[in-house]
Amino acid sequence: MSSVSHSAEHATTTGIDHRKLLIWAFLGSDCLFFGSLIATYMIYRGKSIDCPLPHQIYDIPYTSISAFVLLMSSLTMVLALAAIQRGDHKGLRVWLVSTGMLGLVFLGGQFYEFTTFVHEGLTLSGNLFGSTFFVLTGFHGAHVTVGVMILFSLVLVSMRGGIPASDSLTVELAGLYWHFVDIVWIVLFALVYLVPSPVPNIECAQAAVAH
Amino acid sequence: MATVTGSLAGVVPRPNTEHGLMGWLSTVDHKKIGVLYGATSFIFFLLGGLEAIMMRLQLAAPNSNLIDPLTFNQLITMHATTMVFLVVMPMSAAFFNFLIPLQIGARDVAFPRLNAFSYWVFLTGGIFINGSWLIGQAPAAGWFGYANLTSKTFSPDLGVDFWLLGLLILGTSSVAASLNFIVTIVNLRAPGMTMMRMPLFTWMTLVVAFLVIFAFPVITIGLIELGFDRFMGTNFFNPAKGGDPVLWQHLFWLFGHPEVYILILPAMGIVSEVLPTFSRKPLFGYSVVVFSGIAIGFMGWGVWAHHMFTVGMGPIANTVFTLTTMFIAVPTGVKIFNWIGTMWGGKLTFPTPMLFSIGFIAMFIIGGLSGVTHAISPSDYQQQDTYYIVAHFHYVLFGGAILGLFSGIYFYWPKITGRLLDERIGKVHFWLMLIGFNLTFAPMHILGMNGMPRRIYTYPAGMGWEFWNMLQTAGSLVIAVAMLAFLYNVWVSHTKGKVAGNDPWDGRTLEWSIPSPPPAYNFATIPHVRERDDWWFTKHPELAHGSHGHAAAPAEAHHATTGGHGHEEHIHMPQGSLLPLIAGVGQTLFVGGLILGPVVMAIGGLMMVGGLYAWCSEPINE
Amino acid sequence: MTAQHGHDEHAGHPQPAEYIKIAVVLTIITAIEVALFYIGEAKDGAGHRMIAEGLVTTAIMVLSALKFAIVVMWYMHLKFDHKLFSYFMVGGLALAGLVMLALLALLPILHLGSEL
Repeated sequence: MSSVSHSAEHATTTGIDHRKLLIWAFLGSDCLFFGSLIATYMIYRGKSIDCPLPHQIYDIPYTSISAFVLLMSSLTMVLALAAIQRGDHKGLRVWLVSTGMLGLVFLGGQFYEFTTFVHEGLTLSGNLFGSTFFVLTGFHGAHVTVGVMILFSLVLVSMRGGIPASDSLTVELAGLYWHFVDIVWIVLFALVYLVPSPVPNIECAQAAVAH
Repeated sequence: MATVTGSLAGVVPRPNTEHGLMGWLSTVDHKKIGVLYGATSFIFFLLGGLEAIMMRLQLAAPNSNLIDPLTFNQLITMHATTMVFLVVMPMSAAFFNFLIPLQIGARDVAFPRLNAFSYWVFLTGGIFINGSWLIGQAPAAGWFGYANLTSKTFSPDLGVDFWLLGLLILGTSSVAASLNFIVTIVNLRAPGMTMMRMPLFTWMTLVVAFLVIFAFPVITIGLIELGFDRFMGTNFFNPAKGGDPVLWQHLFWLFGHPEVYILILPAMGIVSEVLPTFSRKPLFGYSVVVFSGIAIGFMGWGVWAHHMFTVGMGPIANTVFTLTTMFIAVPTGVKIFNWIGTMWGGKLTFPTPMLFSIGFIAMFIIGGLSGVTHAISPSDYQQQDTYYIVAHFHYVLFGGAILGLFSGIYFYWPKITGRLLDERIGKVHFWLMLIGFNLTFAPMHILGMNGMPRRIYTYPAGMGWEFWNMLQTAGSLVIAVAMLAFLYNVWVSHTKGKVAGNDPWDGRTLEWSIPSPPPAYNFATIPHVRERDDWWFTKHPELAHGSHGHAAAPAEAHHATTGGHGHEEHIHMPQGSLLPLIAGVGQTLFVGGLILGPVVMAIGGLMMVGGLYAWCSEPINE
Repeated sequence: MTAQHGHDEHAGHPQPAEYIKIAVVLTIITAIEVALFYIGEAKDGAGHRMIAEGLVTTAIMVLSALKFAIVVMWYMHLKFDHKLFSYFMVGGLALAGLVMLALLALLPILHLGSEL
């Protein structure tokens, strides 16, 4: 799957494959994407003038489990790559499917969490917290969704014999994207859920929200 | 001969031709894509110019009712949005596309289909955003779209929606193209072409590409937040719920300032090629010019809030940004001295490309100087939102970027088309443009100092503004005449222009070592580069110093020029493909579907996803 | 293209067992982070936090940065790969971080109900 024209030159100036260079440049760019969204979230932390607020609505044990799920999906992803690098096609598919399934579990967990929050009064338009929270975690979820689609597509390609052991780059590139999505969640889990959020001086802040 | 091989699900045939409409629609050749960018951006230039003339006609006299206030606001918004995103950036992209592989000794960019995709997204995005004119709902909130004028409350019609979706679409085109150029420049250089032997235009392209991939995500988030506010009722810029409209300004200008360097650096790159050629001397202080370009790229991230001095950030913030803005004048000034140093003591000739490059330097200095006056935040309090600012950015963007791009057009026209543009008509074009430009924009400094605000559709009599406004309108008409001269020149060149040959200017860099226009495969044999300006020293070994490592005897032909026809059969270039077009159009329809309706969105989505999947499974050649 | 991957790089490639060990480390760090959350929430009789908020925040951020670095360096293989990738990633990260800090410094939002 050469991406260079079939002239005498197959080598690249750096020795790196074009596609790997492209993905890393893309990931560097994606840092600014999430960085700006996270910055918006951080700026607006503690600035809502309506409830509900984070401390009233977060279910830390629940979110911790879903964070753990995504973390483990990075393990299965790296095991998938290791499998194809030693020529184990079945192993590749098993670990790719595992990664995709863990991703789906994470997404399912997000969906459940979001609907619970909405039932408890947190909406996109209700207050600043709702706007920033849903858009930030929503775009992360969208990235995860794209990742899951890529992973299952790779399983199909592998089943058609399209991933030789000698050229596992596509799996590696998918892995890089997947790990990136995981590390963004590592940051989000800490900054959005765990780090104490200032409580604005508004009346409803002291009230408990029905769970 | 349109043989069809391979197909997508038996539905979309894979073309295999370079000719006719299908050849253009399916091209993955960087040179043709460059021509597409150039022609399309030129048409948008005429459109943006028309919008400017209309504004100038309205402003020629006080209390004018030629154009109503809403239409005027639409004109200022669309003129600027068009010029920035649909003219200067894509015109620069035309040069990136055509030149980069030639300058680094490569046969194509790293990702030819991604390259084509970028073009189709640009074309359809530009059509989409201008489509708003057709329903009388062009955006009217300025090209910078300040919140919360852009909220649904204060801009209820579809204009801002067209604007924000259009920019999101165009952003993907720019980022994709920039990723492509980064990989191309890093990874496809000919043997011996180290980073410090690359032509300066290639260096500037690399810096610009990094600026794009890092700056566009920031505005993407701003636009997404604005879009969510408008479509989903979120509160990012809603003061009633605690949102801060100033956040928009920060996000916009964090992108917007690197953006102006994205706009100017390619033109600076062109000028850095033209001046040495017509001074018959190498660029003075090449390494310093490279590092200045890189420095501008880095420092450009630290100055954005100078667009916000009057917002009320406080004296500490204002002072910090005053300092950073003054500092960034340094590397820019360094480049100007190096250009002057290039010409100093050179054997100068003044064909049209050289005139435009010198014009660039002069006009850019003026624009830069007014920029320095803005940098001082207390004095900016008087200048902000007046015509003085309008003068500044037109001097740097028109007097700078546009003149620089015209220098490139005249310089590279022979390489692209095989024929020269006419010199006499070229000089008429240049002088009319320079005079018209200065007539239009120089008085704006005075008007601004005399208190005329920006973005007003008319003004009262008796303010002392009438004379200058009338003069400016006259100047804008002179610019229009200059453009007619250029169009005439294009026609003359096409019908009876002088055949250029490989190297009409006795150029210095690799693109001049191959035929004009170049064959599809660019180089019959990939060159081996021994030094900077390798082509020049191959032609003129007597000019080489010992340190360049040239033998005194003329070098053997390391560069195949017109020879090597037998090699053509062995060079396989990537086959064309319709998938970039399908995926690109699909993406525009998908995003545009948020305004155009769910059916459009569904069709677009299918084209986009289907196109992308097919693209991933399509081999380079069938 | 197969040569590009550099078989020499793979000589040092971790075995699955190493990856699992890394996963265990990541899990432990996550558990500590969650524990820190609860420690931070612990309040005395008067309703004040027993441990300073800043301390808890810093500790959680340091730990999450550590997890981030581990995944990037080992799972994404950045530690062992061509340093050009590191420049791209670290460059993007550094810029994102600076942008965040600058925005936080520049935007004290003044309105009813918030402390400054």
